[in-house]
Amino acid sequence: MTTKALMKDPLNLIITGVGGQGNVLISQLIGNALVSQGYLVTIGETYGASQRGGAVMSHVRISKVTQCSPLIPEARADVVVGMEPVETMRVLAGFGNAGVMTIFNPRPVYTMGSGGGAVEYPDLDKLIERIKELSAKTWIVRATEEAQKLGRPILANMILIGGIIGSGVLPLDVKAMELEIQERFPNALEANMMAFNRGMELVGQ
Amino acid sequence: MAGFETDAPGTTQLLMGNEAIARGALEAGIGFAAAYPGTPSSEILGSLAPVAEKMGMYAEWSINEMVAMEAAAGAALFGIRALAAMKQNGTQVVIDFLGNLVMRGLGGGGLVLVSCDDPSAHSSSNEQDTRPVAKWLDIPLLEPGDFQEAKDMTKWLFDLAEEIDNICILRSVTRIAHARGNVKLGELPKREHRVSQRPPVFRGMPPHAGLHQKLARAQEKFESSPFNCYVGPDKAELLIITGGSCWLHSQEAVKALGVEDRVGILKLGTLWPLPEKFVESHLGKSEKVLVVEEIDPFIEQNVMELVANLPLTGPHPTFYGKRSGHINAYGELNPDMVIKAIASILDVSYAPREAEYAKKADEATRGYVPPRRTGFCPGCPHRATFWAMKNALRLDGREGFVTGDIGCYAMAGGPTGFFQTRTIYCMGASAGIANGLGQLWRFGLEKPILAVCGDSTFFHATIPALINGIWNDSNFTLVVLDNSATAMTGFQPHPGTGMTAMGERTHVISIEAICRSLGARVEICDPFDLKNTTAKLVELVAEGGGAKVIIMRHECELVRARREIPPYRVHVDPEICVGAACGCDRLCTRVFLCPGLIWDEKAGKAKIDEVICAGCGVCVDICPQRAIIKEAA
Repeated sequence: MTTKALMKDPLNLIITGVGGQGNVLISQLIGNALVSQGYLVTIGETYGASQRGGAVMSHVRISKVTQCSPLIPEARADVVVGMEPVETMRVLAGFGNAGVMTIFNPRPVYTMGSGGGAVEYPDLDKLIERIKELSAKTWIVRATEEAQKLGRPILANMILIGGIIGSGVLPLDVKAMELEIQERFPNALEANMMAFNRGMELVGQ
Repeated sequence: MAGFETDAPGTTQLLMGNEAIARGALEAGIGFAAAYPGTPSSEILGSLAPVAEKMGMYAEWSINEMVAMEAAAGAALFGIRALAAMKQNGTQVVIDFLGNLVMRGLGGGGLVLVSCDDPSAHSSSNEQDTRPVAKWLDIPLLEPGDFQEAKDMTKWLFDLAEEIDNICILRSVTRIAHARGNVKLGELPKREHRVSQRPPVFRGMPPHAGLHQKLARAQEKFESSPFNCYVGPDKAELLIITGGSCWLHSQEAVKALGVEDRVGILKLGTLWPLPEKFVESHLGKSEKVLVVEEIDPFIEQNVMELVANLPLTGPHPTFYGKRSGHINAYGELNPDMVIKAIASILDVSYAPREAEYAKKADEATRGYVPPRRTGFCPGCPHRATFWAMKNALRLDGREGFVTGDIGCYAMAGGPTGFFQTRTIYCMGASAGIANGLGQLWRFGLEKPILAVCGDSTFFHATIPALINGIWNDSNFTLVVLDNSATAMTGFQPHPGTGMTAMGERTHVISIEAICRSLGARVEICDPFDLKNTTAKLVELVAEGGGAKVIIMRHECELVRARREIPPYRVHVDPEICVGAACGCDRLCTRVFLCPGLIWDEKAGKAKIDEVICAGCGVCVDICPQRAIIKEAA
């Protein structure tokens, strides 16, 4: 097994979203694929609010030499994967830096009570602009929209995984990820692979 | 997919800390495991139970932690290696039993308690520390510093427990238990579990004196344990002493500051009893010691105690840590906190990112990251229950007082439960507290008293309090939120579900049959029927007399959704919704707070977010204009 060189060691990835969206699934699939390629992977999850609509994060740390802390230090994210735009922004605020690369789904999950209430959801166009401003490179993956077109909103996660692999930010090729998807979803392989490939296309692969 | 139980020694898997612990138990050849679910410990038995039959062992979800611990001890009495797993709250429940168990020994089997602590109480009602329990009760305690150790320590602890004939504790924290990392698998023993046919014999020594001898033997082994190590220069400006996930944070911090040649780290895995000679041999490395640990100053105080007993010619470093304020006296730590402590002691500077980016991020994010409150899921039956309760208590007019309990519905003290519950303590405390409140009418308390508990909590710790209420004629209404799931921790089976941990069908223990057998009046409602539920609550609360029970029965939405499509398609008819002109002040989006209902700012009307909506249809009945429409899906 030859593990590809990392653009940085450790490579720090944060996957963020709203509880219930499935960020744990994404971190696990990517983490398993990376370990099968010989990397040392450490994943820290925020679990407390995982099913209950709170802000959630998975910290994924990839190294060839060391098992890292499950928590990424402030401002040390290399890649941010956002399943939701406000959460993408929240993570950039705490973990972003001049080199950070961002892949995100622009579909909002509105904050409870927003709309004329005390907790306003920001203007979406401006929010997207600001995410771009804070990122060295940005890929917008309209995962929810595309999943709805495929008739299964749940496939948004697999579309986003396709976007991550397609963007080339991780030392993972299509084949390694496909193997992992096959192992995980033997009974729903076709739909998941279709979603994965759609995600790859969306980032121009 | 290759699971944690796969028989492939030498291969590496990405395992959650809890899976690594389960693997370690399998490699130790356990025959028996029992647990009550509690974050962050649930995946230990959750991993073992589905493979138990294949591995020739037995695993159960027990009714509560006390029974889990006692059942595991029972297996150990007849020579079967046994494990009990629980979160810190459970360990506190079990202390009485442990205090007696240690006086008598185990019989032939090794017995390990895995106690998972939750620093910062991410998923808990408190952040109590298990480690002082070990010191208090004279139990050896180890804590893994990474995922490989989580496996290896678990395996080794069974050998130790068997050898010294005493229970041993593995303490783990959220950032190990619920994090994931590389684990190289070891051999799975080929053993068939057979009990020793001779009943256990408890030997000689007065129990407490014998216990101290056992501890001394454990300490002797700890002195040369591979779970303790030192990394760093021979002479350091600063010596960090740490353990658990803080070992990973400390290494990260030293690297981030680039002070590897100035700072040494003494990592301890065997935390109680302290390996004193080993620690002493490293204390001379530096005149400054920083202790990095979460929750209580356990290592800090034990090392200080050791130093206080060293001769004046020995090392007497200056201590930094919780006492000095360099490390928080409570809550979880992270690499940044350790960086800050080291930077302050060594007087070095650290900037997490470029000043220009920091300024830009500050400006760009202002007003763009609204807080995201947690709440009941879309389609959650608890939202309907507390909506009915709010309206029933308003109709009653006496400002009813509702005691809360542990589960998803603990959130009912906040906006998602319309601020209905007013107390939150431990499992079973809602009905216990209500017993007291229900007697206060004689001193002039005129409020009706309600206690809420979930179905699993009912079995776990509520039954004795209910019996007490009926026996002593305490005036309260017990509201059982029966969603047929231990929802908060991941849908484990409980006595009411008719399933065991190993997936076998078993007796369904009926909540209403138990309550009726006690002589309580019992009503059963579907909370999605808001009208009937509200009416029943008003009636019960008004009735007075002794303890009564109302069961709110509706399956957890997350369980239902795994099986079938949503029952309804729901939409808001923009012709009927009159928005701000309604006078309801956005009851649906501002008060009812279902994430599936959103306010369309441009149109000035409510609408449904079709990706989020679970199709329960409950909101149809709260709209004064009847503008929310449901159609069978």
